[in-house]
Amino acid sequence: MANPASSSPTPSMIVLDPTAGKAADRLTRSQRPSNLSGLTVGLLDISKPRGDVFLDRVEQRLTDSGATVQRYQKPTFSKPAPVDLRHEIASNCDAVIEALAD
Amino acid sequence: MTSAKTEIPATQPPLLPDGLTAIVKKDCATCELIVPVLADLASEQTGLTIYTQDDPAFPPLDAVIDDTSLSVSWHHDIETVPTLIRVENGEEKERIVGWSRPQWQQFTGVASLGAELPEHRPGCGSLSVDPSLTDELAARFGGAGLHSRRVEFASLEDEFEAAFDRGWTDGLPIVPPTEARVLAMLAGTNRSPEDVVASIPPDLTDATVEQVAINAVMAGCKPEYFPVVLASVEAACSDEFNMHGLLATTYFSGPIIVVNGPIAEHIGMNSGHNVFGQGNRANMTIGRALQLVVRNLGGGRPGEIDMGMMGSPGKLSFCFAEREHDSPFTPLAVERGIAPGRSAVTLVAGHGPTAVTDQISRSPESLVRSMAQSLRSTGHPKLVIGFDAMLVVSPEHGRIFREAGWDRQRLRAELDQLLTLDANELLRGVDGIDEGVPQDFAGTQLPKFRPGGLQIVHAGGDAGLFSAILGGWLGGPKGSEPVTVELAD
Repeated sequence: MANPASSSPTPSMIVLDPTAGKAADRLTRSQRPSNLSGLTVGLLDISKPRGDVFLDRVEQRLTDSGATVQRYQKPTFSKPAPVDLRHEIASNCDAVIEALAD
Repeated sequence: MTSAKTEIPATQPPLLPDGLTAIVKKDCATCELIVPVLADLASEQTGLTIYTQDDPAFPPLDAVIDDTSLSVSWHHDIETVPTLIRVENGEEKERIVGWSRPQWQQFTGVASLGAELPEHRPGCGSLSVDPSLTDELAARFGGAGLHSRRVEFASLEDEFEAAFDRGWTDGLPIVPPTEARVLAMLAGTNRSPEDVVASIPPDLTDATVEQVAINAVMAGCKPEYFPVVLASVEAACSDEFNMHGLLATTYFSGPIIVVNGPIAEHIGMNSGHNVFGQGNRANMTIGRALQLVVRNLGGGRPGEIDMGMMGSPGKLSFCFAEREHDSPFTPLAVERGIAPGRSAVTLVAGHGPTAVTDQISRSPESLVRSMAQSLRSTGHPKLVIGFDAMLVVSPEHGRIFREAGWDRQRLRAELDQLLTLDANELLRGVDGIDEGVPQDFAGTQLPKFRPGGLQIVHAGGDAGLFSAILGGWLGGPKGSEPVTVELAD
């Protein structure tokens, strides 16, 4: 019996795109400040153990360089920073340093 | 026949000409029988249009139109050949199927029609409803309902290599997600392809039923697994489960799917021998479908947002059914609030398994102590509360509890007691190990697991005096909570 739907050769295969089809955005990095004097630098503690030890030392060094330091903390390292916190940091700070490691 | 590619947009129903139209195929004795009738009608002034499904030279008449693409047959819902249709002003008014002399005479108004033929012959099945063709035809003619972008592989491109090249796979080959396969997968749910299932981390893409179906096809799922896949995606992407954090962690764990209820047997899931191993299609592909959804729709790939330091083999797919029929416990989903007899998935964060070997204990009091000692080493023997775990009790161990009348509550209560630890044994530096709990806890009693941090299920083969621990991850609001989702009807 003829099999109409499969008898002719298929020249190529068409599939459906399994991805969300998003292209990565290219964002321009902010200009690096030439010096820290008079700038506000945010320090974000992601709530890993001993992140505060690292950031305490960083705060001291930044303050010595003439920067004003603002400290922030994520509620938990296992979830992204809440949008309000990100907005607050972006609004108040000229630069931010995040303590990732334990 | 034109290629599938050029047929895709051609989903408008082809109009039938006014007058009488017959749809026939050569491979049908009734159609062969009525060739003289068709010839008579074709010579009438009103005319007859004949569409032939399998052989453009059949019947040998001028009025025959080639429908070997089955486009006319599919769009006009032809189920039987011959079918005779009357069309007026482009609209179908009436149709009859098979051969019945009085019916055809009345329908056509030709009193002597087919006088030499038997009075009645049933028709044959239309090729357009041939089960081996329906998925492909639905894709070709109904495929415009799918919204995803079409990707055409070059004719010299191997489709499996092409999927690797595009970054769509997890390291294993995938089933190419053709329209026909995706439409067949969508038949596994009543939900509309456009429905949003969940927002998939880390990119927070609103994933539709159709997009999840594409990835389920690629994972190797059958359509009857699809409701389990949809529920698993929904559970994984809830705030409580925190798939984003579980993906991003350097720790070993990934999502583990435990299936309860009649769906598990219905789709042939494994809850017995080698339950965490290879060999069962549903177990192996449902977890993989979730993993591919997170990879392809969420954008979560190893080395990028997935920062697993070592990972674990279960991150490819970790899905199993609870062994309910001889369990000492109520099904996990029932314990978590789902009505008995309903199907559900429970997602926990975890990895493993780790063995709990005890071939000597025959009393629940002894066995629970073995289990408690093994559970104590989850994460680290001197660390408490942070790590969740799932204890998977085997049938041979489970029998000891069942015969002693220990249900899950009793077992958990005994474990809680045995796993309430003297903090002085856990302090940093104790036993020459720097790791441990801070000095502040000296003199206190600490539970190994947070409340709700230890799940207990029943699974495995008939023989083997072992149970298993599936080490978890950071439990609770700061990490991941187990999440149970009932399957849609």
